[in-house]
Amino acid sequence: MSVLVDAETRVVVQGITGGEGRFHTEQMLDYGTNVVAGAVPGKGGQEVTGVPVYDTVDRAARAEDADASVVFVPPAFAGDALFEALDAPLDLVVAITEGIPTQDMSAVYRRLGETDAHLVGPNCPGVITPGEAKLGILPGNIFSAGDVGLISRSGTLTYQIVDNLTNRGIGQTTAIGIGGDPIIGTDFVDALELFEADTDTEAVVMCGEIGGEDEEEAARYITEYMDTPVVGFIAGRTAPPGKRMGHAGAIVSGSGTGTAQSKIEALENAGVPVGDTPEEVADHVEDIV
Amino acid sequence: MKLHEYQAKEVFADAGIPTPSARLAGTVDEAVAAAEEIGFPVAVKAQVQVGGRGKAGGIEIAGDAEEARAIADDILGMDLKGYHVDRVLVEAAVDFVDELYVGVTMDRGEGRPVAMVSTRGGVNIEEVAAEDPEAIAREHVDPAFGMHPYQARKAVYDAGVDRAVARDVAGVLTTLYELWDERDGSDAEINPLMVTADDEVIAADAVFNVDDDALFRQPDLAEMEEETADDELEAKANEYGFDYVRLDGDVGIIGNGAGLVMTTLDLVDYYGGDPANFLDVGGGAKAERISNALDMVFSDDNVDAVVFNIFGGITRGDEVARGINEALGSFDEVPKPVVVRLAGTNAAEGMEILNTDLVTVEETLEDAVQRAVEYAAEVKA
Repeated sequence: MSVLVDAETRVVVQGITGGEGRFHTEQMLDYGTNVVAGAVPGKGGQEVTGVPVYDTVDRAARAEDADASVVFVPPAFAGDALFEALDAPLDLVVAITEGIPTQDMSAVYRRLGETDAHLVGPNCPGVITPGEAKLGILPGNIFSAGDVGLISRSGTLTYQIVDNLTNRGIGQTTAIGIGGDPIIGTDFVDALELFEADTDTEAVVMCGEIGGEDEEEAARYITEYMDTPVVGFIAGRTAPPGKRMGHAGAIVSGSGTGTAQSKIEALENAGVPVGDTPEEVADHVEDIV
Repeated sequence: MKLHEYQAKEVFADAGIPTPSARLAGTVDEAVAAAEEIGFPVAVKAQVQVGGRGKAGGIEIAGDAEEARAIADDILGMDLKGYHVDRVLVEAAVDFVDELYVGVTMDRGEGRPVAMVSTRGGVNIEEVAAEDPEAIAREHVDPAFGMHPYQARKAVYDAGVDRAVARDVAGVLTTLYELWDERDGSDAEINPLMVTADDEVIAADAVFNVDDDALFRQPDLAEMEEETADDELEAKANEYGFDYVRLDGDVGIIGNGAGLVMTTLDLVDYYGGDPANFLDVGGGAKAERISNALDMVFSDDNVDAVVFNIFGGITRGDEVARGINEALGSFDEVPKPVVVRLAGTNAAEGMEILNTDLVTVEETLEDAVQRAVEYAAEVKA
C-alpha cells in the first residue's frame, strides 16, 4: 500500500516539451511511472520519448484516461496550468515549478478547496512510492520500498533523511515533498492524514523548517488524531529573524513566529521525538519499526 | 522586494491615498531648500529599509531652517542599524489627534489575503498583535471576488475607528487592497495613518513590499529596485545569483537546496562551531557555479574553514568535483581548508575526480561538519 501514487496512476506531464519536462519524463518512465500523455498548448500531435502530446489537459485526460499530472510549466504560466489540471478534473496534481507568484497560488488554493483533488507543491520535488511510481524529480535510486511514510518541505533534505533511513534498511511506503512556498496544496496535516489512513505505514517522518505555522498545526493534529508514531526534524535552528533562507516560505518574522524552537517544542509536546541530526532521526525511527 | 518609503508614498499617492507633501534630498542644502519650499514644521526622515527608524534617531522634526540644517546634517551619512543613510525625505509634519494602522498582507496559513485595521497605530504593530490581538480587526478576502465594500467598513467599525473618519479610512483600506492586489504586493501598510483635528486622514508612513516572484509582470516596480550596498558579499551573491545570507561565524557553508543547507548550518552549531553563512547553489549547478560559490565564501574574511555538502538529485557529483578542482587549482595554496561530502547522483564519479591533495573528503554529512568545525577551531588556536 501507499498514498497518492502507485503503479496504476496514469500521469499527464504538463510542460513535457520543455528541457526539464522532457528529461524528467524519461526519468519517470525509467522508474516505471505510468506516464500516458503530455499536455502543451500548440504542441498537440507530437510525441516526446514515445509519449503522445495533447494541446489541453482535458483532451489528454480524456484520450488517455489520466488521473494525475506533474507540472513543469514556467512560473508565469503555472497558475493557469494548475487551474487547467484541477478543472479537468484530475485527482492529483504535482507542481514542481518554483517561483509561482503568491497571489496566483492564493487563487489556485481557493479553487482547490472546491474540489476533491490533491495538489502537491508547488516548488517541491514530487511524490514517490518506491518500486512503483514517482511523479517529479526525486532521484529514484536512493529510495527503497518499506513501511515508513515521509513528508518534507525541502527536496535535498528529503534525500538526506531517506539516505540515512535506507542505509539502515528502513524503506518507505511513500515520500511526499510538500514544497517550500508560503502557499502549498498539501500541507503537513493533509499528508499526515493520508499516512494515518494507510495501513502499511508503520511510522511517519516529518521534516519541517522555519517559517509559517504548519508544523505547529501538525503537532495539534498528531495529538488529537494520530495513532501512527511520528518522528520529526526541523531545519533552520540557526536562522536569524527577517532573513529568507532560500525558500520563499522559510523566514522567521520579526515577531518571533515560525521559529525552529516553537516548532520543536510543539512537536515534542505532541509526543513526537525530534532529531538534532539526520542520523538521530534514523535512530528514532529504528526504535519504532 | 521592498520599496523605500518615498517610493511607496509615490505609489500610494498616485492611487489617491492622501500623503504629506514631500521632497527627497541627498544633501543638507537640498534638504533645507525642500523644507523651505514645503513650509515648517517638517519631518526629516532617513530613507533606509529598517524598522524603528524613529527610535534610532532617523526621524526628527524641524521647526525652522536652522533646525532643518542641523537635523539633515546629523541624519545624512549616519549609520542606522548597519545601513548608511544617503538620502532623507523631507515632508510636511502632520498635526495629528489620532494614529491608526491599516495593512494588507497574505495570510499564508489561510492561503488568502487579510486586511487589517487598528486604532493602535504609530507603534510596532507586531507588538500590538502579540500583546493584544483583539486590538486589530481582520477581514480575510476571497481572492475570487476581491474585498467587498462591506468588508472594509466592517474592519473599520470593528477596530473602533472614530465615526467621523470611518468612511475615509475604509476608502484608504479599499485603495490599499486594490494596490496590493494589482501590484503583486506581499505587504502593504500605512502606520501611522494620521487623523488631523479637522478629521482628515493622511498616510504619514508607507510600506510596500512586492512579491519577488511577480516582479516579471510589474516592470515599473522592478525598476525602482535599488542596490542596497549594505553588505559587499550579499551584493556579490546577487551578482552570482546565489541564495546567500551572511552570518557572523567562521565556518563557511556551501550546499544545494535550502533545507539541506539550513540543516548543515544547524549541524555546525550542534557540533560546537559557528556558521559564517547560508549559501545555496540551487539545483543542477555546473562547474562554474561551484567555483563561484567557493570564491564567495573565500571572500569572507571571517571564514576559517569551509564545508561543502552536496546531495545530488538534479545536481551531478562529477560537475561539482570539477568545479571544486578548478576553483582550488587556481591557487598556489588553498586559502582555507575545505571539507567535501558528495552523495546522490554521480557521487562516486565525483569522488574519483576530486583532487584530494586540495580538499578533505568525508563520507557522511555529520563527519564532514565535525571535521570543518575542528579545522576552524585549529585556525583560531
